[in-house]
Amino acid sequence: MKNRLKVLRAENDMTQAQLADETGVSRQTINAIEKGKFDPSLPLAFRFSKLFNLKIEEIFEDEN
Amino acid sequence: MTLLMNSKTSTAEVRKYSTRNLAIWTVAWTLGVALATFGAIYLWDNDPTFSIIAIIITTLLGIGMIRANIKFLMSQDELQRKIMMDAMGIALGTALVGGISYSMLDTTNVISQDAEISYLIILIGVSYMVSILIGNARYK
Repeated sequence: MKNRLKVLRAENDMTQAQLADETGVSRQTINAIEKGKFDPSLPLAFRFSKLFNLKIEEIFEDEN
Repeated sequence: MTLLMNSKTSTAEVRKYSTRNLAIWTVAWTLGVALATFGAIYLWDNDPTFSIIAIIITTLLGIGMIRANIKFLMSQDELQRKIMMDAMGIALGTALVGGISYSMLDTTNVISQDAEISYLIILIGVSYMVSILIGNARYK
């Protein structure tokens, strides 16, 4: 799954560690999601959505 | 944002507490195993009553450790949980296949000594740790 997390994080001047703290996951998880190695659960996707004030589909995009 | 920050603080605290809790239960169970094993030899001279009490206590401590491990797993974030669950699956499979093969080596007298469960526990521990390292490297 493609995502815009890295871009959104940069736009909001946040580090991976800060984003991890804000969403209650580890920095490793943020890094894995940004690199497309790991797809987040729906609750975590909603936390990103709430944090960046965007719809989930504006952050994540299905590659298929 | 404030709501998210409050939840993150409590999540970190829960993780810290569950890790400490698991460590305490694991140490308690290990001490229980040591007491039940060596106590029979050095403390109560193989008296079955004391051995049964020690084994019951160890089993109860083991149940506590399992519960602590479940809470520990639940407190981890989803990627860490996936890495741990994958590692557990590999360790279980390795234990099943390796344990049966090892047992067959014993029953068919290919090896001279008896199959000891301690080797199986070492195999489980090593395969779990290697799987955790590989999982962490994969999602680095």
